[in-house]
Amino acid sequence: MKALEIKNISKSYGGLDVLINVYFTLEQGERRAIIGPNGAGKTSLFNIISGIIKPDSGEIYLLGQNVTRLSTYLRSRLGLARTFQRNTLFNNLSILDNVELALHSTKSDSNIKDILRNWGLWDKRKVIVKELSYGEQRQIEILLALVQSPKIIILDEPTAGMSPMETKTITEMIKSLSRDITVLIIEHDMDVVFNLADGISVLHNGQILCEGSPDEIKSNPLVKEVYLGTDH
Amino acid sequence: MISILNKLIPAETNLPWLAKVTMLLILVLLPFILSSYGLSLLTKVLIFGLFAMSLDILVGFTGLVSFNHASFFGVAAYTVGILVNRGFENFWLLLIPGIAIALLLAGLLGLLILRSSGAYFLMITLAFGQMLFALAWKWRSLTGGDDDGLPGIGRPEIGLPISMWNEQNFYFLVLILFIGSFLLIKKVIKSPFGKSIVGTRENELRMQSLGYNTWLIKYISYIIAAGFAALAGILYTYFNGFISPQELDWSMSGYILLMVIIGGAGTLVGPVVGAAVIIILQNLISTYTELWPLFMGLIFILCVLFARDGIVGSLLKLYQKKVGEMK
Repeated sequence: MKALEIKNISKSYGGLDVLINVYFTLEQGERRAIIGPNGAGKTSLFNIISGIIKPDSGEIYLLGQNVTRLSTYLRSRLGLARTFQRNTLFNNLSILDNVELALHSTKSDSNIKDILRNWGLWDKRKVIVKELSYGEQRQIEILLALVQSPKIIILDEPTAGMSPMETKTITEMIKSLSRDITVLIIEHDMDVVFNLADGISVLHNGQILCEGSPDEIKSNPLVKEVYLGTDH
Repeated sequence: MISILNKLIPAETNLPWLAKVTMLLILVLLPFILSSYGLSLLTKVLIFGLFAMSLDILVGFTGLVSFNHASFFGVAAYTVGILVNRGFENFWLLLIPGIAIALLLAGLLGLLILRSSGAYFLMITLAFGQMLFALAWKWRSLTGGDDDGLPGIGRPEIGLPISMWNEQNFYFLVLILFIGSFLLIKKVIKSPFGKSIVGTRENELRMQSLGYNTWLIKYISYIIAAGFAALAGILYTYFNGFISPQELDWSMSGYILLMVIIGGAGTLVGPVVGAAVIIILQNLISTYTELWPLFMGLIFILCVLFARDGIVGSLLKLYQKKVGEMK
């Protein structure tokens, strides 16, 4: 059984085709990165996978189940967790309340104290999220998705706006995730992508331009032309 | 201001606990001090305080600004008023149809209303609220319409050998139900469900992504709020002895919303304080001029400009700042 199957997904707004027949599959435990220039349709694809927007055509299968018509919350209950490009947190609540809400949703019996201690957030647990630094908020964005004990996690630019040190920490954290969790990641930082991904799909003008291993993508002249440039 | 607070309140004082006990003592002792008029005013404050608290579940905690909250207050008031006038006496039994009909109405309206959000939600609640107001206005055979209203509703029969025509006895009945409701609403707010309604207010998209059915959360919250508004409506029926369609009008919903905003949305106690401020000021100002809504408007503007968190919300912030400075 595949973790995720995206079958011929298309989406347009007015005359603008955002996604055109996007097709790819993810094996369980796989780590796949989606790269592409701004406006390629990456975030729209993530919003369609998580059920925030509906595709015009095509189907999505999550762990073998057709979820195309399912609401966001039902997809989440099937084991799909996501992070957002812009921090989407409970800004006026404390770190503790944020994590508690994520834990209650799964009725998990994980110990909140242990989780916050492991993430070095226990001493700050009562701090209101909007008072944290951007990097810390980004960390909580990922934490909320992870405490759901997901089977598939989709990460929308997890290291965007982070310092090199913070990027390194987050990359290592994602890398250390259990192979029981399938990871789909949008990322612009190519060092992060090449460090993390087993496979890469390149999205360009709403279409999958090519797919392959990091080495294949690095050496693909078409990808160099439209996205990577000559540095990679 | 903070330095004054520091001098007045010893550092080790548990302020919230002290405030609660003082408030309770005041509410128990006041009926023995106040005149009959003052006691009547205090009873009204508690009834409208309960009504405003119920709206706070929606406005302050769920983030839904509803303009048909008076529908549930009015429908329950009419249900009990009509039944009392037709010979049903037992107060406790009458609570059942009064609250049940409001819950049923909220269950039906919620299915339609909660499909929208933001300004659309506000407009659609207004539309449904006015439809019910028009129904009460036109259905004269049942409601008495606007000409006569529904007069002659006596005081409740609670099954004890004490008369509710005695203002003090009636006040204590209202007080008990008010405190019971307050504790119940507080329990709901502190429960995991209460946290989920606050989460929905804060970030609905994230809640859905975490697996919460936010529509259902809002729907349940809408029904719970309607239930407590109904209880307030029933108490008001007995208190006032008369009901008119005005009790269902949008202006009544607006009046309660004003109490919530002035007192402090999302604080539960705030709307009660808002109710007290508005009712007392209204009575005070209206003895001098009929233009009391003008002063209410002025207070509202001042509140929005200088104390956006309302009276209690602003005081709480000040208290938290004081506690933070002492640490």
